[in-house]
Amino acid sequence: MPTARLVLADGTIFRGRSVGAEGTIGGEAVFNTGMTGYQEVLTDPSYRGQIVAMTYPEIGNTGINPADMESAKAHAAGFVMRNCCEIPSNFRSTESLPSFLRSQGIVAIDGIDTRALTRKLRLGGAMNAVISSQQALSDAELVARSRSQPSMDGLDLASTVTCAAPYGWSEPSQPQDFGTPAGAPLPGWPVFAKQPHIVAIDCGIKRNILRLLVSAGFRVTVVPSTTSADDLLRLRPDGVFLSNGPGDPAAVTATIATVRAIIATDLPLFGICLGHQILGLAHGARTFKLKFGHRGVNHPIQRLSDGAVEIASHNHGFAVDPATLPSDVRMSHVNLNDGTCAGLEHISKPQFSVQYHPEAGPGPADPLYLFRRFARSVSDRLAA
Amino acid sequence: MPKRTDLKSILLVGSGPIIIGQACEFDYSGTQACKALREEGYRIVLVNSNPATIMTDPEMADATYIEPITPAALRKIIARERPDAILPTLGGQTALNNAMALAEDGTLKEFACEMIGATAEVIRRAESREEFAAVISGLGLKMAKGEKATTWEQCQAVRTRIGLPCMIRPSFTMGGSGGGLATTDEQFEAICKRGLHASRTHELSIEESLYGWKEFELEVMRDRKDNVVIICSIENLDPMGIHTGDSITVAPIQTLTDREYQRMRDAALAIIRAVGVECGGSNIQFAVNPVDGRMVVIEMNPRVSRSSALASKATGFPIAKIAAKLACGYTLDELKNDITRETPACFEPTIDYVVTKIPRFAFEKFREADDTLGYQMKSVGEVMAIGRTFRESLQKALRGLEIGVPGLMGKKADEVGDPAKKADYLRQATRPTSHRLFQVRLAMQAGATIDELATTTGIDPWFLRHIAGIVEHEARLRISGFNGIDAGTFRTAKRDGFSDRQLGLLWNTSEEQVRARRWQFGIHPAYKLVDTCAAEFAALTPYYYSSYDDESEAPPADPRSIMVLGGGPNRIGQGIEFDYCCCHAAFALRADGWRVIMVNSNPETVSTDYDTSDYLFFEPLTAEDVLEINRVMRPHGAIVQFGGQTPLNLSLALERAGVPIIGTTPEDIDRAGDRELFRDLLEKVNLRQPANGIARSLEEAAQVAERIGYPVVVRPSHVLGGRAMEIVPGKGDLKRYVQEAMDVNPGSPVLIDKYLENAAEIDVDALADGIDCVIGGVLEHIEEAGVHSGDAACAIPAYSLSDRLVNRMKEITAALARNLRVRGLMNVQFAVRNDDIYLLEVNPRASRTVPFVAKATGLPLAKIAALVQAGRTLKDLGVTTPEIRARCEPKYFAVKESVLPFNKFPGVDTLLGPEMRSTGEVMGIAPTFGEAYYKAEMGSGSTVPLSGKIFISVRDSDKRLIIPLAQQLHDMGYQVYCTQGTSVVLESGGVPVKVLNKIKDGGDTVLGHLKELAFVINTPNAKGGKSDEGKLRSACAVTGVPYYLTLASAAALVSALRQVKRTDWQVRSLQELLPDRGVWRPANG
Repeated sequence: MPTARLVLADGTIFRGRSVGAEGTIGGEAVFNTGMTGYQEVLTDPSYRGQIVAMTYPEIGNTGINPADMESAKAHAAGFVMRNCCEIPSNFRSTESLPSFLRSQGIVAIDGIDTRALTRKLRLGGAMNAVISSQQALSDAELVARSRSQPSMDGLDLASTVTCAAPYGWSEPSQPQDFGTPAGAPLPGWPVFAKQPHIVAIDCGIKRNILRLLVSAGFRVTVVPSTTSADDLLRLRPDGVFLSNGPGDPAAVTATIATVRAIIATDLPLFGICLGHQILGLAHGARTFKLKFGHRGVNHPIQRLSDGAVEIASHNHGFAVDPATLPSDVRMSHVNLNDGTCAGLEHISKPQFSVQYHPEAGPGPADPLYLFRRFARSVSDRLAA
Repeated sequence: MPKRTDLKSILLVGSGPIIIGQACEFDYSGTQACKALREEGYRIVLVNSNPATIMTDPEMADATYIEPITPAALRKIIARERPDAILPTLGGQTALNNAMALAEDGTLKEFACEMIGATAEVIRRAESREEFAAVISGLGLKMAKGEKATTWEQCQAVRTRIGLPCMIRPSFTMGGSGGGLATTDEQFEAICKRGLHASRTHELSIEESLYGWKEFELEVMRDRKDNVVIICSIENLDPMGIHTGDSITVAPIQTLTDREYQRMRDAALAIIRAVGVECGGSNIQFAVNPVDGRMVVIEMNPRVSRSSALASKATGFPIAKIAAKLACGYTLDELKNDITRETPACFEPTIDYVVTKIPRFAFEKFREADDTLGYQMKSVGEVMAIGRTFRESLQKALRGLEIGVPGLMGKKADEVGDPAKKADYLRQATRPTSHRLFQVRLAMQAGATIDELATTTGIDPWFLRHIAGIVEHEARLRISGFNGIDAGTFRTAKRDGFSDRQLGLLWNTSEEQVRARRWQFGIHPAYKLVDTCAAEFAALTPYYYSSYDDESEAPPADPRSIMVLGGGPNRIGQGIEFDYCCCHAAFALRADGWRVIMVNSNPETVSTDYDTSDYLFFEPLTAEDVLEINRVMRPHGAIVQFGGQTPLNLSLALERAGVPIIGTTPEDIDRAGDRELFRDLLEKVNLRQPANGIARSLEEAAQVAERIGYPVVVRPSHVLGGRAMEIVPGKGDLKRYVQEAMDVNPGSPVLIDKYLENAAEIDVDALADGIDCVIGGVLEHIEEAGVHSGDAACAIPAYSLSDRLVNRMKEITAALARNLRVRGLMNVQFAVRNDDIYLLEVNPRASRTVPFVAKATGLPLAKIAALVQAGRTLKDLGVTTPEIRARCEPKYFAVKESVLPFNKFPGVDTLLGPEMRSTGEVMGIAPTFGEAYYKAEMGSGSTVPLSGKIFISVRDSDKRLIIPLAQQLHDMGYQVYCTQGTSVVLESGGVPVKVLNKIKDGGDTVLGHLKELAFVINTPNAKGGKSDEGKLRSACAVTGVPYYLTLASAAALVSALRQVKRTDWQVRSLQELLPDRGVWRPANG
């Protein structure tokens, strides 16, 4: 059995089985508490630079299928499981998880006490680590390698996952072939006579966001994260979308500058996750790094306008400090678990953002209404 | 939204006796609800006919009614107590149906009693197949093709439209009672006709069959602000077609991608909103076609269910408690998650382990029953296990099932699949039964492929591959052997869930040897927390499970703790009564300053509520698992006498391994079961026992029987619930019964007693501390000796025995307690014939009747016994005073009646015997014996009409004695039907009768009149479901006609009817009846 080690910067060594690519990889160790959605997690660009441990122990049961890719490839630096399934069982599966990990070059380990790892990260905070399948490297060398990993603080990773050049996206959400209510025409969504144009700033955008924007009736152009405001506005957008992405938001300075220019207009703007943090920074607020972040599909988010609670998908290590927001921006949503800021909105302009993932993929569709809200604000502006 | 202040008092309806499909999970949910609502300051009026429940402890509610759960009784309670609201969603289908009846007949409106938790309209929408289907189709969701029918003619019309195979389901029944899959026209007719009767609304739904699809369940909660969360997802290992209560189920869902799961979640949210469940929990079931993922909705329960109890134990999220709080006005975001105490209850639990539930069956007690599993639930209990992987969890559940297997293998090492029999195994695995998993193993060993097995069983390949992984691991372990075993191989085996006993079998050595070697290697399980959040937040509730993983989160050893060993999965003979005792031990010990470690594997129970103990270990009750807990926790002592036979069977092994057993010593417990020592003891107390002997072979048995004379009672030693116990009338049947008894407990001798015909049987429950003995209750059985004490009805105080006999039995009990050095509880069974007392059995442990006695007298025997075991004396506790001693003979009568599951097993003769077959019990309590008996009958489901036609058929020896009873019934206005033989006697006694043909002769027989009959009296001549009488009895059970099978019970019924015809029956709360409002506290507590 090929062996592998997960080595934390604090010197902890977990020994298990190598179930992915050969090699040694470093990154920030984080845990995700979702019991489903490992494929979406692996292919979400926001996990760039991170070694992701799944807390649910049986992973890979349904294999990999082409429809559930959140980007063209896997982005996580490394993958950690309690028990990785070699032969999947699902009618949509086309490949096993270990085979996918190997073909994507993702170093992965299973057979370790992932709960012990999770507790360590909860108590000690997210920390750097390496996974290695290479026997030749000594434990001490691996500890040293994990310590030499760059800190996530101040790291601009968005530029490493953004697109090289603008492109259009036209694939809508998948037809609801399992016969659930989401398949019916959605009541309350605006109907556009002509497709409004949305420009999405790609800091590591997930496909489900693009699919939902198309399904909402938009023509979508995706642009690199370094696109200037002038270049962006030259595309004559009817609305701007700010994507999710990896790394420290404060380091994504070019995008912050672009957004600062856009919020000076009255263009509708919708941001998710890193996009939300960038919006906060563009407004002059501060962001800070959470101890171990929020990663999972079960966090309760309260909408402050009416107190309703939605269960939402999460994947972030930084948060906006709401105390630093200017007076014309308010907190719209709060994470009930720890009271952190989960959403922002401008008090008069149709510009808002959320820290969590209303696009799901993986996770619940409870906050899907945010896309409707964005579509309405674009529609209202066009009507005005 | 804060709690409602317009409500002051709430009526909580329980679920009544334990029956198949409705077990102690509703005591768990009801108890949580009582606590949650009283915490909010509401006055709680509680009704439940089941005295063995924790919820009916007088301190749990403000007014506790142990009364029948019928619309009539509920109406009387509502009229008396005038509650502002009725909460029907925590007492299973029974509570829901009764509340619906009260809504429909106008009672709730008349008394301005609001239905909370779910309204009548919502319940109707969820429960009526047609209304539900309309809701589902309105949402754009799919259901199986189906139509409803209310007559046999309509059924036939639907059948032509839908075709066969099809699924038939009656509306408003629990556990799918009366439903089934029809693949032939004959089956179709039989199931439709049975189902039309079983449904409260005489309504059936007939649907296309989804046999073989994957089956899933979601536990959903919604509050009045429209927040909705999924608490738990469950996947059935067994495919559609097998009732989810009879399926092996796993949490969370394993074989759906996130996208597929989210679609199911979206559907569940849409359904609970559309049906309109305003607040509380619901269970929604789905089927998914494994080939293309097509999803259909199966059904919804707009209430707390068996699955929600499982979901609560599986995740740590207290669904019933939260449902109760939501019902009184709170919203999810206002309530805290009990486990983290920081984060809100408005979230979706995520788990980092795998939970497996396996049902436990009792087919060995119903030999004539069809053991094929289908749409109608047949299991009597369940075991749950938690592991870090599916394999570990499955093997833990299998050994926790206590069916003799140590994991996924046979009882013996040589039970291995033979390649020559592969086709046989595959054929057998096609039919779903309780042992299919073991056939799958044999088939794999014989060379069957995953594909072959997936096709024949409908089990998803993901599960099959893991099962194959265990089977392959077993083969490797057989090869590696014990001698050369290294720590790595050993640990790998433990991580796949192999038990020490299983390894001992595979390695041809003893369990103890395996354990010794394992401990030498330092291989021990880690204990992990159930925390609702996969370690994302710190958890404060100490709810543990073991896993062979690295980091243990076990608390430090606690010398001020006492370990209480529970009873494991419910089975006939060992169920809620013992869990009640374990809970009471925990309550009393905690109140007395001890910390309590609870060990149990039954998810339905109150004992496995994390609130009940200080440390909950959700673990199988095997020596291995208990020893590991003992090693970590180092308790002051362990209590083994409360959990039934399960912990008793472990006690010697535990003591040998150094676990301090407190209370009566294992040696003394064992001594009571030792026939030779027992005989010496009898001489000491100068007492008779029926002539008896011990046999270790068929020859010896024949000699013993010959010596003592037929009829004899044959039974295996060391079993509970009279397993394989039989009355053998003559030589001809002896061999068969002795053989059966020997097979039950190989190696143990068979006990043979002279059967005392027409003797009265008496149970005495007592407490002793080595100095004093306090009698808890003297229970006189209604049925004569020979009917298992668990099946017999009985009364406190004795209703026909003289004071002299009762006092003599009390003296004997005290003498036995002294001689057996009993510390704790003791149960003695006597037979009385012609004023002679015979001793049948002594058991120095909690008996099944302990909760009944406690409810009848207000003296909590189990609590007192627990304190005695922990070192207190009876005197010091204040229970040796004359006032307390007098409690065992109250001024009113309490009658316990048993409830039998024959309606689930058509064609099985319902005749009672020495083998226990009842699943549950009810109590009736009233100033007169007659009223108490009438209410007990009503509570057990036999509301005997006060006029009408009755059928009498008695054996020759009873014919003379039946005349006065028949005369009285005739005088009360009943019209008597009988067969020729009985009619001659009755007419000669002056009772007018109408004569019917025997069933075997056809024509105008009793079967044609069943629906008109008020009740049937039949004392048996012949046994068996194929005899005339057997057919009658089975038909009565299936159609719900009350039937009385002994003269004694018939006489009790007659006295009850006379009483109730004179004065109508009343409802009274325990707090009114019992001394000190039923609440006992230790004198120096």
